[in-house]
Amino acid sequence: METIIKAIVFLPLIGFLTAGLFGRSIGAKASEYVTTGLMILVAVFSWIIFFHVALGETELLRVHVLRWIQTGGFDTEWSFRVDTLTAVMFVVVNTVSCLVHLYSIGYMHHDPHRPRFFAYLSLFTFAMLMLVTSDNLLQMFFGWEGVGLASYLLIGFWYQKPSASAAAMKAFIVNRVGDFGFILGIFGIFVLFGSVSFETIFAAAKTYLPAEGASASVEPVITLFGMHLDRAHAVTGICLLLFLGAMGKSAQFLLHTWLPDAMEGPTPVSALIHAATMVTAGVFLVARMSPLFELSTDARTVVVLVGAITAFFAATVGLVQNDIKRVIAYSTCSQLGYMFVALGIGAYGAAVFHLFTHAFFKALLFLCAGSVIHAVDGEQDMRHMGGLRKHIPITYWMMFIGTIALTGVGIPGTMIGTAGFFSKDVIIESAYASHNALSGFAFTLLVVAACFTSFYSWRLAFMTFHGKPRASHEVMHHVHESPMVMLVPLFILAVGALLAGALFEGHFFGHEYAEFWQGALFTLPENELLEEFHHVPALVKWSPFIAMALGLFTAWYMYIHSPETPKALARQHRGLYEFLLNKWYFDELYDRIFVRPAKWIGTFLWKEGDGRVIDGFGPNGVAARVLDVTDRVVRLQTGYLYHYAFVMLIGVAALVTWMMLGSSL
Amino acid sequence: MTDWPILSTVTFLPLVGVALLFLTNDASPAGRRNVLNIALATTVVTFLVSLFVWIGFDNSNPGFQMVEKHAWLGTGISYHLGVDGISMLFVILTTFLMPFCVLASWQSVEKRIKSYMIAFLLLEIVMVGVFVALDIVLFYVFFEATLIPMFVIIGVWGGKDRVYASYKFFLYTLLGSVLMMLAIMAMYWQAGTTDMTELLKFGFPAGMQTWLWLACFAAFAVKMPMWPVHTWLPDAHVQAPTAGSVILAGVMLKLGGYGMVRISLGMLPLASAHLAPLVFTLSVVAIIYTSLVAMMQQDIKKLIAYSSVAHMGYVTMGIFAANMQGVQGALFQMLSHGIVSSALFLCVGVVYDRLHTREISAYGGLVNNMPKYAVAFMVFTMANVGLPGTSGFVGEVTTLLGAFRANTWVALFAATGVILSAAYALWLYRRVIWGALEKDSLKSLLDLSAREKVILYPLVVLTIFYGVYPAPIFDATAASVEQLVNTYNAALSAAPTVAAATTN
Repeated sequence: METIIKAIVFLPLIGFLTAGLFGRSIGAKASEYVTTGLMILVAVFSWIIFFHVALGETELLRVHVLRWIQTGGFDTEWSFRVDTLTAVMFVVVNTVSCLVHLYSIGYMHHDPHRPRFFAYLSLFTFAMLMLVTSDNLLQMFFGWEGVGLASYLLIGFWYQKPSASAAAMKAFIVNRVGDFGFILGIFGIFVLFGSVSFETIFAAAKTYLPAEGASASVEPVITLFGMHLDRAHAVTGICLLLFLGAMGKSAQFLLHTWLPDAMEGPTPVSALIHAATMVTAGVFLVARMSPLFELSTDARTVVVLVGAITAFFAATVGLVQNDIKRVIAYSTCSQLGYMFVALGIGAYGAAVFHLFTHAFFKALLFLCAGSVIHAVDGEQDMRHMGGLRKHIPITYWMMFIGTIALTGVGIPGTMIGTAGFFSKDVIIESAYASHNALSGFAFTLLVVAACFTSFYSWRLAFMTFHGKPRASHEVMHHVHESPMVMLVPLFILAVGALLAGALFEGHFFGHEYAEFWQGALFTLPENELLEEFHHVPALVKWSPFIAMALGLFTAWYMYIHSPETPKALARQHRGLYEFLLNKWYFDELYDRIFVRPAKWIGTFLWKEGDGRVIDGFGPNGVAARVLDVTDRVVRLQTGYLYHYAFVMLIGVAALVTWMMLGSSL
Repeated sequence: MTDWPILSTVTFLPLVGVALLFLTNDASPAGRRNVLNIALATTVVTFLVSLFVWIGFDNSNPGFQMVEKHAWLGTGISYHLGVDGISMLFVILTTFLMPFCVLASWQSVEKRIKSYMIAFLLLEIVMVGVFVALDIVLFYVFFEATLIPMFVIIGVWGGKDRVYASYKFFLYTLLGSVLMMLAIMAMYWQAGTTDMTELLKFGFPAGMQTWLWLACFAAFAVKMPMWPVHTWLPDAHVQAPTAGSVILAGVMLKLGGYGMVRISLGMLPLASAHLAPLVFTLSVVAIIYTSLVAMMQQDIKKLIAYSSVAHMGYVTMGIFAANMQGVQGALFQMLSHGIVSSALFLCVGVVYDRLHTREISAYGGLVNNMPKYAVAFMVFTMANVGLPGTSGFVGEVTTLLGAFRANTWVALFAATGVILSAAYALWLYRRVIWGALEKDSLKSLLDLSAREKVILYPLVVLTIFYGVYPAPIFDATAASVEQLVNTYNAALSAAPTVAAATTN
């Protein structure tokens, strides 16, 4: 098993190095085959580990690799920790990555830089695997930033486009804002627990909070930014810092602005990184740190708040976007909000379940979008599509499956339904059942968001595939179904999107919860959500279904039945429409309050601070007098070096003499 | 072999090269070739010999090793050399970077190549001298002597404003050194010895420490350089030839940091604890202020120079956090910065040699015809940004952790550097490397030559190697730093009033 785990993590690295270093000499074809071949192997290994660890008896596998930073008591090493949570991520990451590699062979067919593209994809996979297998927080941070790097490189893959390189930079910097919190959180954990290793943290966390009324409970254990915090508050503070990291990576409200722009990257990248895997790293982080988050109700309330707002906010923006990829990007953002709500209310299993199913159907949707874009010659604006159903029927049906999975089509109370039906409904019901202060708020927003989700998903499908073709004759003439190498990944993902929910609900958040997770997710004894969410009122159980049906009907009415309605609505509610179309004006706001002031301050400090104040009073004031000297210096410049050497020797000699005199006093 | 004065050998070996260079004549192309070969051979041999220092070094011994001591000038000042975990790796760093300097000057320095190389070899002697000196007068002499060859290098082989830059450099450093000299005199007065091993144990009275500390700090802060005495650095870098920038950023800045660890923290612990808030403030200001200024630069070298100041802010912050992570991290950060910033300046040199401009706006789209260069530059940019897996991260995260343990506010503000460094470094990369290749002047540029590959690739490897496996450096520094931190804490607990004053 050790060898398999090492192989899973390091084979993508080998693929990256092969394609990256030798891509030019071995050629594009060879690079594609090597990286994709290795990924197929890795995907197979991942399922073996999944059956062995998640569905089997093995609780935890650990593999030690190498020492890393060790100073004082701060000991970190490179090592792997594989429990059920990691095994689930293995399956998600490697399956999707493998299919995306395969798909890209077709999609990137015309690109001259294919070796580089496949190298980056494999680099991303390696970093993501380092993230999910890490045994300590610092190695996780390595993977965390590593996926950030790969994402940066892939968003900026078409570096000739200014918009792509700007988006790449934006993604990296906004993520860094989150990382800033993450790294401080890691330091805080080190101060509290004396280690950043999960083993030590989890063992200590179980008994960390003293019993009610014990005198130790009010003693400050850490002074964080001027606040003297006792144990309970210290945990809250640290969870919030870690959560800031999660918000950055998972594009949650306020730190979401980079995700839609990240769609500048090639579409397979959007499917792999910005839908299925990397953006779920924040969810993974909170789930991994569940022993700590369980201890802090306050921190989890914040998680619920942010998650619910994101789910709602992103869904509203998704309603009016016209770029096919941006609609799906906002949808991703919104679905991540669902996962955070689940985490915040303590339903960690439900969150990871949604992560799992979402990976399948969202990757499917993105790859279908890619197939559409491929078919219509790079066009991404849905206003220039329409009527494609007959031309690319396979893509249409795959997109249809992705849509019913995302919107959660299924019959409540039965086991008939798509993947999203199970995972999303579980979250909505748990939100209602939970005892969190914000559960009512979260429940309401999630149901509304479910309705919006259904609307924009069907709107996308209808605008793209139904109605009359709005593209030029030229384009319509060339519309073609994608090659098999692109369609096979769609079929596999479609199977996942249809069945993943029904097959695994019991494991992730049902009867087999305990045997499946085997302690990988931690919940306090008083957390009984697993049981309670079954006992919600029937109306609550039906609410997601009703929301979904409502969204579907509205979309049908507005885009099939009477296509003039949306335009009329937009005209009547100009302000609201503009507000949504411009993404609540976040980009403009951030430009005003962060980017421009930073540039202004930078210039000010440079010209005024360094230039006028420091230099003005310092060296230049003196230099005014030095100017006379420079006349002589200019003459020296033309002289001989021996002069300088001589001066240097004299100087040293004089110095030593003086020192000797001084010392003999 | 054990009795062999290895440190003296390493220190003065470049003199052989200097002697040989005096015998050559650089007027003809063949003569020029000779000069270059001699310089390269000397620096390479010196580096190889210096590796014996690392090989022979005992990691578990916290004290000074390979000690040489001879009476000198008969007045209590002695020729006393030795290395411990704090200084040893700086010797290696210095000798390691010298061959790169020679290679970087291969074509770009056109006039008086012989004198140029002599200046560099002399500079190497005095820089290594600073790190191995164990007599404070010797230390001072070497410390000050570094100024002269550098002054000459900038003043003679620099750009068009070289006179202004070299005088600015000179004035700032002079100010610091006069004060440090006074401090050294006073130390001798008080302790009756100039032996640094004695001074480290001496324990100066608390009141006196503050004055000594401030005087020494002036010298070190200028060399570092810390805000607000940093403005000489961008000018010096911009005017210096590529190799001058490499040495300036790679080694000379570290003299200040080394002095802070050795003298400020080691000899004056009470004052260090007392004045740590001052250093923290200056460090944090440096990190935020210079990062913002770096962002707006239009000259590539200036941008990197400002980012150096920001990175040195992490070093000073780590040193005066005065715990294991802080000090070891600061040492690591200095070594890492020695590699990374040198490499960045070498990268600038590569395009400067081709286009003779450092204006960012003159570039754009270099990745199209210089893909290898783009990759190397990307690695160093990421190391500069502190991406995990590069050596830059290790230094940053350990110093930040050290600071967090000392004072969370400091860590909070310093950590904003994580965001700002990404902003200026990636923006630079985007403007220089990415984009379409539209400017005619750039279309004929060739990718890295064999010589440039020899310069950049080893640094790429080291940057990643020490990011993944920093243990050799941490192992070498651990014992000495532990002893230093213990002595520091012991001194603090022996003086309760000061200790009480610093806990808040």
